[in-house]
Amino acid sequence: MTADVAVLGAGMHPWGKWGRGFVEYGTAAARAALADAGLDWRDIGSVVGADTVRGGYPGYVAGATFAKALGWQGARVASVYAACASGAQAIATARAQILAGLADAVLVVGADAAPKGFFRPAGGDRPDDPDWLRFRLLGATNPAYFGLYARRRMALHGDTPEDFALVKVKNAALGALNPYARYRKRVTAEEVAASAVVADPLRLLDICATSDGGAALVLTSLDFARRHGAARPVRIRAVSTVTPRFPNTVLDLPDIATDSAVSVAPPAETFRASIARSAYEEAGIGPGDLSLAEVYDLSTALELQWYEDLGLCAEGEGARLLREGATAPGGRTPVNTSGGLASFGEAVPAQAIAQVCELTWQLRGTAGGRQVAGARVGVTANQGLFGHGSSVIAVR
Amino acid sequence: MSHTRTPAVAGWFTGEGDGFRLLGTRCSACASVFFPREDVHCRNPHCAGGSLEEIPLSRKGRIWSYTDSRYRPPSPYVSNPELPWEPYALIAAELAAERIVVLGQAAPGVTVAGLTVGMEVEAVPGVLYEDAETAWTVWRWRPTGVTE
Repeated sequence: MTADVAVLGAGMHPWGKWGRGFVEYGTAAARAALADAGLDWRDIGSVVGADTVRGGYPGYVAGATFAKALGWQGARVASVYAACASGAQAIATARAQILAGLADAVLVVGADAAPKGFFRPAGGDRPDDPDWLRFRLLGATNPAYFGLYARRRMALHGDTPEDFALVKVKNAALGALNPYARYRKRVTAEEVAASAVVADPLRLLDICATSDGGAALVLTSLDFARRHGAARPVRIRAVSTVTPRFPNTVLDLPDIATDSAVSVAPPAETFRASIARSAYEEAGIGPGDLSLAEVYDLSTALELQWYEDLGLCAEGEGARLLREGATAPGGRTPVNTSGGLASFGEAVPAQAIAQVCELTWQLRGTAGGRQVAGARVGVTANQGLFGHGSSVIAVR
Repeated sequence: MSHTRTPAVAGWFTGEGDGFRLLGTRCSACASVFFPREDVHCRNPHCAGGSLEEIPLSRKGRIWSYTDSRYRPPSPYVSNPELPWEPYALIAAELAAERIVVLGQAAPGVTVAGLTVGMEVEAVPGVLYEDAETAWTVWRWRPTGVTE
């Protein structure tokens, strides 16, 4: 176990399709997090930006880009890219700096202005890039992989499209209560079933959209937090950024094939399960301690997978857990109280940070109509393209 | 049409008809198999590293999962925006001998309605797209016993 760091401030820019630049979303989220922390930008000793590949050079050097927009003030700076895990790696970087004594207060920012429709690889002819190759040779979009995982669950565990739809119904009802969510309307199972098939068996309302958005956190040492009037701040107790272990036998985005298990037996747990276990071990807690979880519902079916990978239930029992209401408000472990990606959409570098914003508000007891009564421990989980783990555990 | 048939990616497959095979590489030290081919260094972290030798993969496998693409994928996928979009199925096939899962488009005419997880499929050559001079070829998965 390592020492905790404090979450002194959390802030977001509302998600949607606003048609503006990612710098604007990120600085708005940063100013909101600073105000929430009761700090001035000039009090910040380090800024860490989660990169977006869509902003050209400014996006690739997001830390400095946000620092310039907020006004150069000489802070330490870092920029990190790990696809969907970029936000978690930005948090990990900030935490490491605080625990090493390199900075007392660190601003973490992620923001994106996403394209309409499918994500696509960076431009140019790049046959050395697995992401480029899967589009060029197979036309395999992200939803195609989500469809493969969903169909596999149906074959192995007996999940049904109706089970998947119930995830959307649950998350949309929660998103309707979140002022930062892009979609704020309840959805019925009938509406999911009536939406167009995108990648069999998944329909439009089973799959998260692409969005603009921004999220930011002010992380500090516990001493700094106390000096600034936060006697009992929300604390980050673990950040998991693990890679898979060879052979990774579950087909992962953006790969065309798995590792072969012909010479080395597959690990006992999947990559996703190892992301969660690593966080639990670092925090010294288990799934039974959780008050809530924010997981990466890129598709409705994938949320059920995370229930199992987080240890909320045994393998294959995710749909049963959902049907029992255990992951709904009032259940044993509410999942995606923010509304999830189903309600936010993907703004890649902001997502893992936004998940921690939701944990922060829940653990403070300020989540309004979405509040989980007596929330004490929360976990986030996601996975970054090319083998980046991402899970954060926060406590109060 | 006298289009030259050229692989859309070099060194990943070879042959025509019943002689068609996906090509991978195998480590001479630990016997790990790689597809797409790994030509630089064995990726098994427990292996000191041997030479990587090209091998043909099993022609037949079983469906690990499948889906389809009901909407036109973005570039660099090549398709004619002037023509209506024709969805195609995608099949992830598990090869027993190599213990590997390989994703590919299904052969033309194969739809998700005719597929089940565990069904036997075989690798067959296909044309990914054509331009003025060239038919760019690729691998496809086709349920065994089905002919075009």
